Amino acid sequence: MVDILDGLIAAFWLVVTFDAELWEISLRSLRVTLTALVIASAIAIPLGTFLAVQRFRYRRFVISMINALMGLPPVVVGLVVYILLSRSGPFGVLNLLFTPTAMIIAQVIIITPVIASIAHQSMRELWAEYHDLLISLNTSKRQRIMTLIWDGRRNLLTAALAGFGRAIGEVGAIMIVGGNIDNVTRVLTTAIALETGKGDFALALGLGFVLIGLAIFVNLAIHTLSQTEREGRW
Amino acid sequence: MMKGILAGIMAIWATTSVAEDMRMAVTTSFDSSGLAEVLLPAIKEDLDIDLQLLVVGTGQALRLGEAGDVDAVLVHSRPAEEAFVAAGHGTHRREIMYNDFVLIGPASDPADIANAASAADALQRIAAAEAPFVSRGDDSGTHKAELGVWATAGLDAAGFDGWYRPVGAGMGQALNTAAGMDAYILSDRASWLNFANKADLALLYSGDPVLFNQYAYLPVDPSKNANVRNDLAMALETWLVSPRAAALINDYTINGETLFVFNAKAE
Repeated sequence: MVDILDGLIAAFWLVVTFDAELWEISLRSLRVTLTALVIASAIAIPLGTFLAVQRFRYRRFVISMINALMGLPPVVVGLVVYILLSRSGPFGVLNLLFTPTAMIIAQVIIITPVIASIAHQSMRELWAEYHDLLISLNTSKRQRIMTLIWDGRRNLLTAALAGFGRAIGEVGAIMIVGGNIDNVTRVLTTAIALETGKGDFALALGLGFVLIGLAIFVNLAIHTLSQTEREGRW
Repeated sequence: MMKGILAGIMAIWATTSVAEDMRMAVTTSFDSSGLAEVLLPAIKEDLDIDLQLLVVGTGQALRLGEAGDVDAVLVHSRPAEEAFVAAGHGTHRREIMYNDFVLIGPASDPADIANAASAADALQRIAAAEAPFVSRGDDSGTHKAELGVWATAGLDAAGFDGWYRPVGAGMGQALNTAAGMDAYILSDRASWLNFANKADLALLYSGDPVLFNQYAYLPVDPSKNANVRNDLAMALETWLVSPRAAALINDYTINGETLFVFNAKAE
């Protein structure tokens, strides 16, 4: 119990003194995860909506696969990305291993199924409502998908935030592909693992509380920017 | 809404800088000793190299070198290092410094290893008492050293029952586990001194020559691929065996205790 209190105190001091290193690794965490989030959303949201609108032979199979991939073990993703990006691997010439880019690639793979799955779920309900209207207006497939994405944007935001939550707290994959290099690929989660290894529980917990605070801040900021939960607006 | 989010992302991406980057895989014990924090700024100052450390066990460090993903490795397991050079993964092996392994255990010392005559005797006492013993179990240099000491004690770690617990983790994690279960553990001295969560553990036995722990530097063979920076690896080797590095290594202390002894030979 004392450790948790020490952790809170450590977090407090790290934040109020604007600790330069903390600032840097927090920004790097945000940079990696938000970039991964944008890329994953750009893939997953149209994909999820497409799966809600389109009927095709293996649809059920594809949906089950995406749902199953939500549980993808990050360590395995990390290992596969490591082998692919290793200088002795197929994409070795790109020299991407142990860079933030490699971490982004791993996170995109981890969170795309999460976002696609949640997006598909909510788009399916919306499509049930819009189906007759959009068919009778003789819209093209593209128009239907765009309409659903626009009108379902609040639900899609929830899907994206779920992806953000999975990515910001992830440590297994980015530890392997990023290497936790000081000043280059050290982010909040890998720093927490490192401090735990050194037995400095107070600092590790302090960083953990900063991470939680960061996640809350990002969620609040996105909700404020997108003006959800406002009177008179949907 | 999208504009605001995009602007936020742009702002976050707006910082990056580079000198010459070199990657070196090092053992967890080297990093957790804190010596890296002394050497890295000096290397940056003298050579203008941003040395990026990948902190992993010796087994994984050599694996990274084998794949050509790092430019050099600094590890501590002589047989594995010699095999690495013999297989053509590294150009050569250069000894840099040494410290020693120590036996850590609960302060109450149920197996009474503090009075052991040798490291082998200490381990025999632990085995006889079947006192909990945490092993790294991760193919690291420390793990290999531990298995070596068991062998000198005439015991085979593979045949032990429940009291022998390989955790498959780094030095710090393994020490955390040992602290949690009041177990004995073999650690390098530097990691132990720098470890913050000592709980009821204490240093119980040290000083046997079999516990000698030599660190060596191995540049990765540049013929592996075009991205391996052998020029930087050689520059770093010259620096590591220089009087400046010797002074930094020998003068590094924690609580007044010297951690490493420089022993590179001039060629």
